[in-house]
Amino acid sequence: MIVHSIFFYFFSVIAIFSSLMVITSRSTINSVFFLILDFISVGCLFIMVGAEFLGMILLIVYVGAVAVLFLFVVMMLNVAEQKQSWFIGKKSTHIPTGLIVSVLILLELLVVVGGWKYKEDLMSSSTLLLSEISNTHQLGLVMYTDYILYFQLAGIVLLLAMIGAILLTFRERVGVKKQSYLNQISRSPSNAVELIEVKSNQGVKVDD
Amino acid sequence: MIEYLEILGQEVYKIIFLLVPILVSVAMIVWLDRRVWGLVQKRKGPNVVGPFGLFQTLADALKYIFKEIIIPASANKVVFILAPIVTMTLALVAWAVIPMSEDLVLANINVGILYLFAISSLGVYGIIMGGWASNSKYPFLGAIRSAAQMVSYEVSIGIIIINVLLCVGSLNLNDIVIAQKELWYVIPLFPMFVIFFISSLAETNRPPFDLPEAEAELVAGYQTEYSGMMYAMFWLGEYANILLMCAMGSILFLGGWLPLMDIYPLNIIPAPIWMISKILFLFLLFALIKAIVPRYRYDQLMRLGWKIFLPFSLIYLVLTASFLFYFDKLPKVNI
Repeated sequence: MIVHSIFFYFFSVIAIFSSLMVITSRSTINSVFFLILDFISVGCLFIMVGAEFLGMILLIVYVGAVAVLFLFVVMMLNVAEQKQSWFIGKKSTHIPTGLIVSVLILLELLVVVGGWKYKEDLMSSSTLLLSEISNTHQLGLVMYTDYILYFQLAGIVLLLAMIGAILLTFRERVGVKKQSYLNQISRSPSNAVELIEVKSNQGVKVDD
Repeated sequence: MIEYLEILGQEVYKIIFLLVPILVSVAMIVWLDRRVWGLVQKRKGPNVVGPFGLFQTLADALKYIFKEIIIPASANKVVFILAPIVTMTLALVAWAVIPMSEDLVLANINVGILYLFAISSLGVYGIIMGGWASNSKYPFLGAIRSAAQMVSYEVSIGIIIINVLLCVGSLNLNDIVIAQKELWYVIPLFPMFVIFFISSLAETNRPPFDLPEAEAELVAGYQTEYSGMMYAMFWLGEYANILLMCAMGSILFLGGWLPLMDIYPLNIIPAPIWMISKILFLFLLFALIKAIVPRYRYDQLMRLGWKIFLPFSLIYLVLTASFLFYFDKLPKVNI
């Protein structure tokens, strides 16, 4: 048990420290790196409580894909140094909005966690029983049977988001030469090369 | 407390006995790679140091160790130094779950294949960090290329893994191997095996998909500013990753540590030897492809990943699922 708590405190201290660093570090790149560290340590915490599937999915989706995109954006925009930090220099205008959002999130968490802790029948569905079956197996048992509707709805929401993003950024450019792979592959010497007898002192007109 | 220390000691001992062979085999595999490359091009390849040139890589490693590590003045020093360490660590950490035989595995975890997939999707960080921290144009372009490439090919690898998992019904690597006792998945899922192989070429930045380090366009890509031991660590990590992809391929499709057929002279050969020979077979294919195929153009690479491999593996997934469902061959749930 003591080893378990040592590991727990190790990961949670790293998680809290890195999430603090995400919002306080001045270089945005460092923020993203600390965010990655945060994701990884939270994934380790998930694995420690026996939710190994969630932990792995957190690693694959958030660290392997989402954080890579974050890193891309931050590196491409070249916002290396944050000029206005909320405790140094000029006052930022983001503080009121941020405060409202975070207070709302805190309230929501309080309501949900409080209600779940102190009221027996708050949750409509029965929670999964801890048993010999592995965590992944249990998820699989309910995800495609009891919760298929929610699962599909989530998928459709994601699909809509993807289509929306493509639609917003798509623009048809005129005057751009496009390569047709079919034409490139189906070229043969007979229709690409031509042998011409050139008369002396006359030259050849090449049409291009 | 003493008990814990004892367990810790045993684990460290096991880890050392896993890591040392991997590092040695990475050195040997580099030699093999260069040797095959040479043979295809009618050269001799490295043949001077030691018997058949076997110690060439060790000599190279020694050379790298004694070279000076140059850190560019405008580089972000912490990230610059971290990048090769991340690459190397991730390449080695993934080996913890690879089963060499039924019980010769460091960690037989329930979600082994997900762990492998997660670690290989983290591999992109070493490259991005190295490319960005160098603070120079070529490394940055190389890093962006490779990140885009690795993220896109991961998607199709993920779907191929789902294909196999549908037939197995478990995420445990040992279960995946045992499920192939009757028939290796390379036969029913042959198109998936081909796509997996090509995607793993792209995932490990091997030719013909080595665009991140295309010397004609980008000098050496994300490794341009690296020298000495740090370059060697990138290099070791890359080859350890290649071996890992070969191991993954042999577990998913070639029956892992299972013998070719369960008949007398074949099944007395120990399981690790089967596993190693399958990894070597896949690696020989990697090496041959490096020697005989010209480099892809970048837009062709992305097109291949997103417009051909992804839809094709999705269609095949639907086909596999329908086949298993229709013929009632879905893996039985044993609770």
